[in-house]
Amino acid sequence: MSAGNPMPMREKVVLRVTAKALIPLIFLFGLYVQFHGDFGPGGGFQAGVVFAAGFVLYGLIFGLEAAEEVVPPRAVEIGVAVGVLLYGGVGVAGILLQGNYLDYNVLNPHDPSHGQHLGILLVEAGVGITVCSAMLAIFYSFAGRAK
Amino acid sequence: MDFPIVQFLFVLLLATAVVIARLRDLFAAAMLTGIFSLLSAGMFTLMDAVDVAFTEAAVGAGISTILILGTLSLTGRMEEQGPVRVLPFLVVLLVGAALLYGTADMPAYGSPDAPAHNDLTAEFITGTDEKIDIPNVVTAVLASYRGYDTLGETVVVFTAVVGVFILLGGRGRKDAFEVPGESERAPASGGVAPGEEAE
Repeated sequence: MSAGNPMPMREKVVLRVTAKALIPLIFLFGLYVQFHGDFGPGGGFQAGVVFAAGFVLYGLIFGLEAAEEVVPPRAVEIGVAVGVLLYGGVGVAGILLQGNYLDYNVLNPHDPSHGQHLGILLVEAGVGITVCSAMLAIFYSFAGRAK
Repeated sequence: MDFPIVQFLFVLLLATAVVIARLRDLFAAAMLTGIFSLLSAGMFTLMDAVDVAFTEAAVGAGISTILILGTLSLTGRMEEQGPVRVLPFLVVLLVGAALLYGTADMPAYGSPDAPAHNDLTAEFITGTDEKIDIPNVVTAVLASYRGYDTLGETVVVFTAVVGVFILLGGRGRKDAFEVPGESERAPASGGVAPGEEAE
């Protein structure tokens, strides 16, 4: 994306310092949104987007190559599939435990509501991984072509 | 409602939409679509749909704007002035009028008689407390009651990425075939991705 730019963004002090201060907070907020989705607004989808936004900000300021060293494109491609597999795997686990597909009650036969908590946690994690990786994959594809 | 803030936001939303449609500078238009999403998120918050507002703010105002800017870096900043077409304008007017006519049949905002509130809502609200035991009903509906739908949505995101990889070549493939990649990318600026022709 920095093609034809006379001055790379990482040489602009205000942008660099602000980004460095913001990125850890964005990741922290992403984790909060991911794991607090049971109690407040949020969940895997929003958390994935927030998390990806942190990496995208890093890529915008420090360049695509630096971002790809932090999160290799190969890892992103794997992540897109891993999230969907995790979600589907929770459903298959339900069948193996003699329940229906995506029935979380059987995940903990002694305490069905705990099974629900576990199922929702894993499923939301799957959504988060897929969405975060998907956003990064699309960003890499677009930004990579501009070079 | 003391200050008609939803109406105020709606007027701003309308003004933003008109400006976006009239602008030729695509960079400014991309920024305004971000503002459009942020205004929508504000309206959703006021309507107590905080989960929707959160998604709109994160996806619409955040990621979409960056992706549009990424696309602009591939295409160009200014929109070319085409001939004024009457037929598309008429179609837009007609569809808009039909949609407005359709809203007349919709239940009033917040009406307890709305069909959406009368079928399963009571089960969702009481069942979330008893069977799932988490405070956020939205999460319970998305992840548990409607787990199939959310699985479908996740697969849609997956499919979108596969589509982008097919159209744009993906990163891994480009690195693997560096030399043909260079020659392929030159005609791609015409609008058709190389992967599409090969299909």
